[in-house]
Amino acid sequence: MFDDTKLYPLPSGGYLTARDLDKPPILDIRYLGIDFGGLRALTDFNLIVGRSEITGLIGPNGAGKTTVFNLITNVYQPTRGSIILDGVDTKGMSTHQVSRLGVARTFQNIRLFKDISVIDNVKIGLHHETRYQMPEALLRLPGYFKREKVADQRALELLSIFDMESLAYKPAGSLSYGAQRRLEIVRALATNPSVLLLDEPAAGMNPSETGELMENILHIRNTFNIAIVLIEHDMSLVMGVCEGIAVLNYGKIIAKGTPEEIRQNPEVIEAYLGKGVRE
Amino acid sequence: MNTKRTAFYYLLAALLTVGFYFVLTGLIRAGVIGKYHADMLIPVGFYIMLAVSLNLTCGFLGQLPLGHAGFMAVGAYTSALATRYLPFEGALGFWIALLLGALMAAAFGVVVGLPALRLSGDYLAIITLGFGEIIKGILLNLNFTGGARGFKGIPKQTDLTTVYICLVLTLFFIRTLINSRFGRAIISIRENEIAAESCGIHTTFYKTMTFSIAAFFAGLAGGLYAHYIGVLYPTTFGFDTSIEILVMVVLGGMGSITGSVISAATLRLLPEMLRAFLDYRMVIYSLLLIVVMIFRPTGLMGRYEFRLSKIFAPKGDKSHV
Ligand SMILES: Nc1ncnc2c1ncn2[C@@H]1O[C@H](COP(=O)(O)OP(=O)(O)OP(=O)(O)O)[C@@H](O)[C@H]1O
Ligand SMILES: [Mg+2]
Repeated sequence: MFDDTKLYPLPSGGYLTARDLDKPPILDIRYLGIDFGGLRALTDFNLIVGRSEITGLIGPNGAGKTTVFNLITNVYQPTRGSIILDGVDTKGMSTHQVSRLGVARTFQNIRLFKDISVIDNVKIGLHHETRYQMPEALLRLPGYFKREKVADQRALELLSIFDMESLAYKPAGSLSYGAQRRLEIVRALATNPSVLLLDEPAAGMNPSETGELMENILHIRNTFNIAIVLIEHDMSLVMGVCEGIAVLNYGKIIAKGTPEEIRQNPEVIEAYLGKGVRE
Repeated sequence: MNTKRTAFYYLLAALLTVGFYFVLTGLIRAGVIGKYHADMLIPVGFYIMLAVSLNLTCGFLGQLPLGHAGFMAVGAYTSALATRYLPFEGALGFWIALLLGALMAAAFGVVVGLPALRLSGDYLAIITLGFGEIIKGILLNLNFTGGARGFKGIPKQTDLTTVYICLVLTLFFIRTLINSRFGRAIISIRENEIAAESCGIHTTFYKTMTFSIAAFFAGLAGGLYAHYIGVLYPTTFGFDTSIEILVMVVLGGMGSITGSVISAATLRLLPEMLRAFLDYRMVIYSLLLIVVMIFRPTGLMGRYEFRLSKIFAPKGDKSHV
């Protein structure tokens, strides 16, 4: 089902894979822009993401990639344009509301709950799925024990995606850099998202870890059947997993297309890839 | 954690709680603990409640409020008014008054918390400090509570048993709150607010809620204080008292309920034991604070919690209740 990665152009200027063509896109971003004081950090950003697509967002440092994530999650409010998430305009919502509508993310500069255990990090992601009320918690009624147990099991199950069950009771801050990045992905998945935004997940990982991460990302998309947007400087990872790629430079999209098209685009080579990038 | 073992810990905790009470009252009745010292245990009880409730906002939510005594004042005056004017007699009236005081303080927690918590860090500290002083100022000028002359003639109904019950309830509820999904939400705000929001945690709601719960228990302690001392002066609830409570929390360890209990009890009992030093209480506090901050910046207990299951758990089992 996920093998055919051919992209089909839409009248709006976006692209979708064949399997997502007959469904409304999960993300439909139109003419998005934001200014920081005098700086136009992002202008005329258009992107359509299919429901099960893996999209890459690449570009040089300071191009505005992380800013796009901060806009999608409403950490920033846009100066111009709109974000339609699964048919809902998220204008004016707060970050936690957008999370509940199905957007989960990781952070370029890791933001874990460092001083508490790995499993509690994941269980905070499971907050809304762990349905018991305040009296049940305060009085330790059966509902509390039942739902806590379910949450524990679910958290361990999610950790097992990355073989991290054995780390469950360690403080999150004590994990290795790579493990912390993986934990952030697990915590994001715990919120039961329909779009997962990964901000440089391979940063600081060694090549073998990055290779595993590539498998993991595909595995996550295939089992959870969700859309993933990936910001990454590691081209082997981007070219290896992404179906569609958008390239940002100075806050503007300079190219969109399949990995093959992007690799051969002269403007992208000029602005970002440089010569000699083949793999 | 299997159900049988959980039930065992609960039973054991309940037995220890009741047992400790009977040992304590037994010792008092037998005269081993004299009347003077027995009386001293009552403030120890409500100071522990004040420290533990403040720890909820400082240690678990990660905010720094400086007006905790203000909530104590609201609880104290509200409950004192309730025992004076409400038509309930005896113990029932007293408990109703305590509850009303706590609820009123909780309401103030929401009113102060909503605007204050939109800001954080230094701003929150300053706003809450302002709140404490405003409460004091209002009480100084309110005629029907006696103003600066004091609210006199409050029935002295607070005894060791009432304080013990309130203390146990406070510890139990704060502990069960912390170890629930609500507690995790509170802690996630301390750890990383942006990440908490992106996990779907409504941070403004949880901050206000925590503030209000902390105020509730401070108000309860205030009610106990009012009916222990019998007369209320607005100046009792100033900045000094807020800081005194804060020192207890910092010394015990921000984020350790156990630490707050130990340090509040020690700081209340130690100077009384050393009668000669009574005048130097604030000096002792400051010195202790400096010493502990130099040698243990996280407080005596850090974030350690005492748990029965830690003592009895089989080796390697780390999934404590
Ligand atoms: N909150 C902010 N206030 C002011 N300027 C900002 C803010 N956030 C981002 N910027 C600016 O916007 C531009 C884009 O930043 P952004 O973090 O999105 O880049 P990026 O593409 O993620 O870069 P990198 O690859 O280094 O992570 C930069 O010039 C940055 O300085
Ligand atoms: Mg970035």
